[in-house]
Amino acid sequence: MRTIIYLLIGIVFGITMFKSEAASWFRIYEMFKFEAFHMYGIIGVAVITGVIGTFLIKRFNVRSFYGEPIKFYPKEKKVKRYLFGGILFGLGWALAGACPGPMFTLVGAGFAPILVVIASALLGTFVYGLLKNKLPH
Amino acid sequence: MNWIYEPWPWYVSGFMIALIMFLLIMVGKNFGMSGNLRTMCTICGAGNKADFFRFDWKAQRWNLVVVLGAIIGGFIAHEFLTVEEAVAINPNTVADLQALGFESAGKAYLPNELFDTSVFTDIKSLSLLIIGGFLVGLGARYAGGCTSGHAISGLSDLQIPSLIAVIGFFIGGLIMIHFIFPLLF
Repeated sequence: MRTIIYLLIGIVFGITMFKSEAASWFRIYEMFKFEAFHMYGIIGVAVITGVIGTFLIKRFNVRSFYGEPIKFYPKEKKVKRYLFGGILFGLGWALAGACPGPMFTLVGAGFAPILVVIASALLGTFVYGLLKNKLPH
Repeated sequence: MNWIYEPWPWYVSGFMIALIMFLLIMVGKNFGMSGNLRTMCTICGAGNKADFFRFDWKAQRWNLVVVLGAIIGGFIAHEFLTVEEAVAINPNTVADLQALGFESAGKAYLPNELFDTSVFTDIKSLSLLIIGGFLVGLGARYAGGCTSGHAISGLSDLQIPSLIAVIGFFIGGLIMIHFIFPLLF
């Protein structure tokens, strides 16, 4: 049952990524050129709605649908890993035009070459695992 | 219901993304897609090479199901919910991209120059996809998250580390588009 719920959430996510055009390489390029409000509007509305909802969940100790307490885990207070990792991610995001959610949506939409991006993203993840202890965090 | 066949406006799209994050929170999970890449590495046996991949991947199966859904959702949206898939980007952006050699700008969902099946035999395009994907995978894990985990979930929880990561995403993206693209295309 829970598996079906995750699947349905994923399907809605995939449809949203495609229909919002957040999965389009062109929209990412346009965003970094500051030539349209579209992507900023999407991220802005998502974050504003997210901030309000997260605040309300914390404020009223909202429990999950299964009655469990909801926990938010603060991320470790560091700078280098977020900045350096973020820059590398941004370089790749702008070049491939897809981040780790939309790249799967594009598989479903039938763009075979995105499989190359996914395979190399797996390789990049693997290389991080190998280098983790040598990289500044 | 005709609106569903059109590209969704930013306010509907943004709200839907927040809704997806809250649905995951309300079923006791969280919204973060790049962690799946780590899980997939572990399933492929990466734990033999690095400790980073030695974790109970079965606890992350739910997120792989979300990925499966994202693939199915892409299929549904593309096959049944889209009449015209060309992305109507700013005409200035189209002119710009055409000058760089992207003839398909304004006429397609993804540039043919990078995502047509002919790229499998085009060394340059194939290399760019490989480098782009590699940086996305490496950077997301190094930063501990991607657009979903940091830009949406992290910023919604007012996490400073996520703000630093998002600033990094933009520094990297701006360098790529404004300084590296002119060298590549």
